[in-house]
Amino acid sequence: MEIKFNESELAEVQMHIDKYPIKKSAIMPVLWMAQKKFGYISKEVMMFVGELLDLPYSHVYGVATFYTMYFKKPMGRHHVQVCTNVSCMLLKGDELFDSVSQRLGIKHNECDAEGKFSLEEVECMGACGGAPLLVINEDFYENVDIDKVNSILDSLN
Amino acid sequence: MTKNPKLVLPEIENYHSYSVYTANGGYNAARKALKQTQDEVINEVKASGLRGRGGACFPTGLKWSFMPKVSEKPKYLAINGDESEPGSFKDRQIFEFNPHGLIEGALIAGYAMGIKAAYIYIRGEYHKWVNCMQDAVDEAYAAGVVGEKMKATFGIDFAMDIYVHKGAGAYICGEETSLMNSMEGDRAYPRFKPPFPAQVGLWGCPTTVNNVETIATVPAIFNVGASEYAKLGAQGHAGTLLYGVSGHVNRPGVYELETGILLTDLIQDVCGGVKNNKRIKAIIPGGSSMPPLRGDEIEGIKMDEESLKKLGTHIGTAGVMVMDEDTDIVKVTLRIAHFYHHESCGQCTPCREGCGWMEKVLKRINKGDGTSQDLDLLLSVCDNIEGNTICALGDAAAWPIRGFILKFRDEFEAKVKKNRSFQALNVVHGRRESAKTLVFEN
Repeated sequence: MEIKFNESELAEVQMHIDKYPIKKSAIMPVLWMAQKKFGYISKEVMMFVGELLDLPYSHVYGVATFYTMYFKKPMGRHHVQVCTNVSCMLLKGDELFDSVSQRLGIKHNECDAEGKFSLEEVECMGACGGAPLLVINEDFYENVDIDKVNSILDSLN
Repeated sequence: MTKNPKLVLPEIENYHSYSVYTANGGYNAARKALKQTQDEVINEVKASGLRGRGGACFPTGLKWSFMPKVSEKPKYLAINGDESEPGSFKDRQIFEFNPHGLIEGALIAGYAMGIKAAYIYIRGEYHKWVNCMQDAVDEAYAAGVVGEKMKATFGIDFAMDIYVHKGAGAYICGEETSLMNSMEGDRAYPRFKPPFPAQVGLWGCPTTVNNVETIATVPAIFNVGASEYAKLGAQGHAGTLLYGVSGHVNRPGVYELETGILLTDLIQDVCGGVKNNKRIKAIIPGGSSMPPLRGDEIEGIKMDEESLKKLGTHIGTAGVMVMDEDTDIVKVTLRIAHFYHHESCGQCTPCREGCGWMEKVLKRINKGDGTSQDLDLLLSVCDNIEGNTICALGDAAAWPIRGFILKFRDEFEAKVKKNRSFQALNVVHGRRESAKTLVFEN
């Protein structure tokens, strides 16, 4: 895919720039936009974002690699996240992660060969009252168990 | 006032929408506050006894008074909704159910300090709740209560903007100086203090950083009056708190109750008791970085900062994690250590390396390969992290590890002894002195 934004996307970039007193501050929202469009933040994407915001590649690299939610490699269409932090672990979130990992045949931060699923063992996502938690892309599924998770995964294509 | 009033999360349907919010008296607090002078507003907040809800419990009115009255540079308000503390999930409720309360609180805070713009920093994982908040901000702009139009709406010569900023997954961004670096577009490394944010904050300008719950509580103070608000809850820590209870309880969730409620009441009456009627082994009272309490010492404990401080722990974010008698404390401690190792930003050596070593040593103990000396090693690593780092993440990592070892040492020792009939504490062979460091344990 060509690393380029269309006109309406460039207008959105400008809207983000206008929110802050300096251009550099728009880097996080622009990286989010780039990830949504290009799937992950490759070296080319980082250079492109740098050009948009007049920042050196090294700076964009520094920021993009600091945050876990900017993917540095291609991830699956369905990014499956299971929390294993304390509140979820107390309600067997760690066993849930192992079972999902076994079912998908991939480990933490891996993507399957078809690019359908990727898996991440996440830290607390702020759903402790609904533990254990499964997140697929941006959707939270709270109070899940192994059966529920399996049926959710079955429903995805 | 009734007991345990719902000030921050009223139980009203569709309260998140502008029309329902205003139909229930929304933005009246701002109308009232914006007619007073700036000092009067700050004094009102001081008189209410409101303390920060982000964990440090700093008096809010006092914090506001630190902002310079006259400044050549614009002043900013940063609202901290990074909420990444394990066990804490209260701000999310505000984004979803009372976003206009947050906006109204921001207007009052902004007016009191002469703020040009407020930025609400929301953690990246909260995709849905970022959208909830952005929708509410858009509604507020359209209704003319934020931005240039608010001058006409409120009939005053003051206007401020509100923006929503989305994070991207870093616990450290909940630390105020790191949050500012993140928002400025740099890596989120914490900064040295001083200079404090009120002098040099966002983009080098005077800035106040407040927690989401703190700001969302401000309208309530002006609605009920500071003196009434100050009467709520425990002495020295007034008001209501959003308690987030998780773990082995029958009804986990976020509950708005007054400060100073009995911990046992919170668990038994509010949350329906422990699952399967088991006994409690441990409780973390305020998010994973706070030292734990033993299940046999919770009788009579009140949930407010002053009461908990006497017991060597803190109210933190009021994220209560309950663990039943079957919980493997070593595993919990290891999980907490893993979290802080993962989230250390890497700037200060004691935290970056120390958190890594704590995790390694705890892994070893959890597998049954540890020695009794490892426990003292862990305590010494805690001592060497605490107080030796730029920000409080180091302390936050050290406190629970030390707390668990001191309060549950028997559990750690049991794991150490399980697989070992003897332990060589100092493996230097061929020297007679080394014999005395051989400890035999059965």
